[in-house]
Amino acid sequence: MAAVADSVPKAASRFRFILDRRDVLGSIFVAPAILYVLLLVGVPFLMAVYYSVSAYTIYDPTWQFVGLANFAQIVQDSEFRRTLSNTFIFTFGSQFLGLILGKFGALVLLRPFPGRKLVRALIILPWAVPVALATVAWQWMFDSLYSVINWTLIALGFITRSQAPNWLGTPELAMISVIVVNAWRFFPFAIVIFLAGITAVPQDVLDAATVDGAGFWRRNYQIIVPMILPIVAIGLIFGIVFTFTDLSIVFLMTMGGPIGATSVLGYKGFQTGIISGDVSHGAAISLFMLPVLLVVVIFMLRFIRRREI
Amino acid sequence: MPRVTVAKAARETSFYGAVAFFFILAAFPFYWMVITSFKTNSDLYNVTNIPFWFNDPPTLEHFRYLFEKTLFATWLLNSLIIGLCVVVITLVTALPAAYSLARLTGRTGETLGIGIFFTYLVPPTLLFLPLSRVIAGLGLQNSMWSLVLIYPTFTIPFCTWLLMGFFKAMPPEIEEAAIVDGCSLFGAFFKMAIPLSLPGILTVVIFTFTLTLQEFVYALTFISSSDQKPITLGVATDLIRGDIFYWGEIMAGALIASIPVAIAYNLFLDRFIAGITGGAVK
Repeated sequence: MAAVADSVPKAASRFRFILDRRDVLGSIFVAPAILYVLLLVGVPFLMAVYYSVSAYTIYDPTWQFVGLANFAQIVQDSEFRRTLSNTFIFTFGSQFLGLILGKFGALVLLRPFPGRKLVRALIILPWAVPVALATVAWQWMFDSLYSVINWTLIALGFITRSQAPNWLGTPELAMISVIVVNAWRFFPFAIVIFLAGITAVPQDVLDAATVDGAGFWRRNYQIIVPMILPIVAIGLIFGIVFTFTDLSIVFLMTMGGPIGATSVLGYKGFQTGIISGDVSHGAAISLFMLPVLLVVVIFMLRFIRRREI
Repeated sequence: MPRVTVAKAARETSFYGAVAFFFILAAFPFYWMVITSFKTNSDLYNVTNIPFWFNDPPTLEHFRYLFEKTLFATWLLNSLIIGLCVVVITLVTALPAAYSLARLTGRTGETLGIGIFFTYLVPPTLLFLPLSRVIAGLGLQNSMWSLVLIYPTFTIPFCTWLLMGFFKAMPPEIEEAAIVDGCSLFGAFFKMAIPLSLPGILTVVIFTFTLTLQEFVYALTFISSSDQKPITLGVATDLIRGDIFYWGEIMAGALIASIPVAIAYNLFLDRFIAGITGGAVK
């Protein structure tokens, strides 16, 4: 191929000649994208790492090196330890709930029924609509006084108005609320991922299993699930990364409260680093996301390599 | 025979029950958005009213308030400007990069492509502290142009990845034929590859735009002046005065901002999934 490109006789300038070399043009083409990403993702990332071992605040922007002192301080803070465990509860709670909803949603949407297109289009909405706006709608549904959820529970006679739960004002309920909202946002994505996987399972494999006597559940869990596992893994990785580092749902619904019950790493980093201006401690808090992200990346790299063999 | 019929009826009922469950779960918050935005305040804030429908006749008062008394129109315009600028930056950088990674650079290209994709996974909450210092250093704090600068950090990786898929799916023989006919390598890209991948480019334009509309964390971090906010940030944070939430206005604004994104996603969903899973389904 390269030989063909080079052998074209052209009375062109030297510049033209260089542009016709595959490797040169290739590098020129990728350069802007790589530079953009290096300058505004790579460099800031290194800055974040350096902030976390320095004494930098927006009021006193020194680059003085303080070693691991920031980390030592935040680890001793019981509020931070709670934030860390909250982040895990929030992430795995909502991913688990989202995956279950996604799996069953996919099974429902697989079967043809009148109006399936419309239902499918509506089910995508929670994931498509900007998360901040959907979250605000949920915040209104969880309102302490005008909550439609409470209204329904009261109307159905489950509780009286004096017993009505204050969803975002009680520590456990607030955590459940943010988990539900995040699972709600994630489940359409899970459905789509499951559907993409299931429709890719060859029908003859399923037919063969049926002939061999495999029932619905056996087909489901011994054939379909193992076969779609790779694609579900990718979906889950996205879900985990974006939930573990999320800030908007918690920021808009609870502000990390009540009394730190829903504070997660992203929110805590924002509060410390941006609101209070303590950049170094904020960066140290955010960096606690890194181990999880690294595990995910390593897992993904191994997965990609295995797929190629 | 009747037992079979009963069992079948039970199965049908539970199936449609499940359909109804998912339908309500997904759609109710949006129904709630719609109905709230058209209700009068006296209807909204009365706990004895049945909240699921209009007890007073519907009203446009919230929409009027939104456009006349708030900066809503400005936010809408800001989002449009930000989105268009980011689309241009993304196309100019991601198109050649994706082409190069798919065609020109071979094995290293694949590794680089995976590397670029991973940067999409670096979360805003890890980068917002240093980036806010960078923005301040450039004098862009409190300006929507900071978002035009920063948003390509996630749209470029994402779109490069998507476009790589499109270019790989295109037979290289077409460009090779053009080169044999005397076209330069650059010409083959510009005159052959780009026009042929227009559907892919359209997908990328739509998704870049919706990604900028959905972003919240960077906007929240960099911008505090009301007149510089994009629509998502403005609606979610600027319609609250002290402790008072203007729920009718908030829901009306959320509704207007959500509709285009919802339509775009439904139209382009399949391509998005193909892009995000990167050929994991063979």
